[in-house]
Amino acid sequence: MKRWGGILAWLVVSLLCAVALATIALHRGESINAMWLVVAALCSYALGYRFYSKFLAARVLAWDALRATPAERLENGRDFVPTNRWVVFGHHFAAIAGPGPLVGPVLAAQFGYLPGTLWILVGAVFGGCVQDFVILFFSVRRDGKSLSEIARDEVGRLGGVVAYLAVISIIILILGVTALIVVNALKSSPWGTFTIAMTIPIALLMGVYLRVLRPGKVLEGSLLGFILVLLAIWGGQWVAESPLLARYFTLSAPALALLIIGYGFAASALPVWLLLAPRDYLSTFVKLGTIAILALGIIAFRPTLHMPALTRFIDGTGPVMAGKIFPFAFITIACGAVSGFHSLIASGTTPKLIRRETETRFVGYGGMAAESLVAIMATIAACVLQPGVYFAISSPAGVVGSAPATAAATISSWGFPVTASGMAALAREVGEQTLFNRTGGAPAFAVGMAHIFAHSLGSRLLMALWYHFAIMFEALFILSLLDAGTRVGRFMFQEALGHLWRPLGRTSWYPSVLFNSGLIVAAWGYFLWQGVRDPLGGINSLWPLFGTANQLLATVALCVATTIIIKMGKARYSAVTLVPLAWLVAVTFTASWQKIFDPDPHIGFLAHARQLSSAPLRSPATARLIFNDRLDAAVAAILVMLVALIVLESTLQWLQVLTGRKQARIHEAPFVPTRFATEEAS
Amino acid sequence: MRQLQRAGVILMAMLREIFDESAYRRFLQRSGQPPSRFSYREFLRQRFTAKPRPRCC
Repeated sequence: MKRWGGILAWLVVSLLCAVALATIALHRGESINAMWLVVAALCSYALGYRFYSKFLAARVLAWDALRATPAERLENGRDFVPTNRWVVFGHHFAAIAGPGPLVGPVLAAQFGYLPGTLWILVGAVFGGCVQDFVILFFSVRRDGKSLSEIARDEVGRLGGVVAYLAVISIIILILGVTALIVVNALKSSPWGTFTIAMTIPIALLMGVYLRVLRPGKVLEGSLLGFILVLLAIWGGQWVAESPLLARYFTLSAPALALLIIGYGFAASALPVWLLLAPRDYLSTFVKLGTIAILALGIIAFRPTLHMPALTRFIDGTGPVMAGKIFPFAFITIACGAVSGFHSLIASGTTPKLIRRETETRFVGYGGMAAESLVAIMATIAACVLQPGVYFAISSPAGVVGSAPATAAATISSWGFPVTASGMAALAREVGEQTLFNRTGGAPAFAVGMAHIFAHSLGSRLLMALWYHFAIMFEALFILSLLDAGTRVGRFMFQEALGHLWRPLGRTSWYPSVLFNSGLIVAAWGYFLWQGVRDPLGGINSLWPLFGTANQLLATVALCVATTIIIKMGKARYSAVTLVPLAWLVAVTFTASWQKIFDPDPHIGFLAHARQLSSAPLRSPATARLIFNDRLDAAVAAILVMLVALIVLESTLQWLQVLTGRKQARIHEAPFVPTRFATEEAS
Repeated sequence: MRQLQRAGVILMAMLREIFDESAYRRFLQRSGQPPSRFSYREFLRQRFTAKPRPRCC
């Protein structure tokens, strides 16, 4: 009876999923309710988790409930600690959820709500969740080794080098592009800049609370910090209204970029962790709280999506991101569908906390499904806006013009009506001077989020507060990502340069710390500066590069996973990682090719450089833009060559193993029975 | 009611792990120190001078 009840329940879930997906996909010319996206997502994840991940666990990975994990065997109370699965899930989710799943879907909304939503759902269930789950599982089977180490052991030395290069390039690009998002969100915004500036004294106060008054009580301290941040947001409106104070906090994009570059260097080179530690806790607190509130807001408000299912920009002429739906929608949304960066977390701290092998499914597959839901919420936040408003905020001045009337006329001519006076009223409502040309995704997301919050959790009079809350939330956790990422990059440079000259690898030698911090900050700072000076907003060039780098890392992870599956003698199941791998290779190759060689100067870097070169008058600024285009083309070429190398080396391995020319040897830790199985049984 | 209580306990444990309160408790156990300003300062110093944990984009 119970069995039949279960079958019936899953039939209902399947039916609901089919109805929701059909509603999303087939409605044309009329608005749909956002709850259809939520229902489709929840049902897809539930079905994927219940059936597909169970198949992966039992048939492909052949997990062993009796096998001890590294957390148990190597327990040391520091890195290796057997931990409750819900606690590991929360820890893992807090590490994987960043700005990516919020920004990518907002940028991809230019194609309409349908392409992004379908890619997020299909990509997560069959790609991203699978990648996170299998890499976590394989790392658990290998004493919690990192992706680079597993790649070196299982694929070959080249695999390890490619993994290292992919990680460092993705770190540089993500730091450059996310810093640009903060700059675009805060430029000429005294309210937003004041709020973010206030997080510094607030973090210092938290530091005093944590170190002197209540040592180690981080949750209390973070709650206190959160209340103070809310007060700072409240106070920001008076700063914006005061002519004297507003002057100090109204900064141009280059000024903000320089401040952020200086901040990144200080965070990496100086012992300012007394400030950074509380800021880090504060940003995590705000991030988790805001995601929870956004989910509640969407359920309470059940907003209508005003963006059509598909826009005219699927033809590649989009103002936010030039390029056709294939491959650019799949590059634009990485986190939320398939994110290679997750494989670093899944082979970093998380495998060292897993108590039982059987818990990898819940943490790996389930954690990614939760992040994918965040991406769906971001899609909803962007698509509840009137399309004209969305394009007015997200289009760069280089495409629509910088004068409000010109921009409004251009956007209206695309069939998305918007007026300069309407945008001015909206800007006043959210406490900004203007909302035109605010590229980067963060301002559009913030307006959408404020819209949802104002309708579900308060009156429209609170729009300005909600908008600045959203901006603060994004900027705060991007800045935390920036300082942590810069330090990770500095350690990676030290690790590599230590092979050239040993003192450069010493993490405690101050000249090495300064040199390597300068190197990593210069690398991402260059991309940030390039984006700030780009008349097309910078996001158009840099986000696809970041997306390609992220998918490149996913390619490395899936190559490693496929190699291990084949070596395990499970070649008949290798399609589970091979199909997403083939898809990502197709996407990254096509995107890179188009970004380098496409004759349309809006898409191809080289075509854009040629267009600039042919202009009769070449200023120093034009020469710099030409150089940047060529640099971006070179970066894209290097990334795609790395993909080719890892795929080639892996394919050779597979062929050698499958044809019996090479003995399949996997590098798992030896079997040790777990004590938890008997403890649970008794 | 009991299940709700259990969910609350797990939620708090999750938050303590995310916010390093559990890591501090383990540090105290490992080093045999009582909770104090000095032990917390040492814990923070160790945690933030070691190789940072990667955080996703």
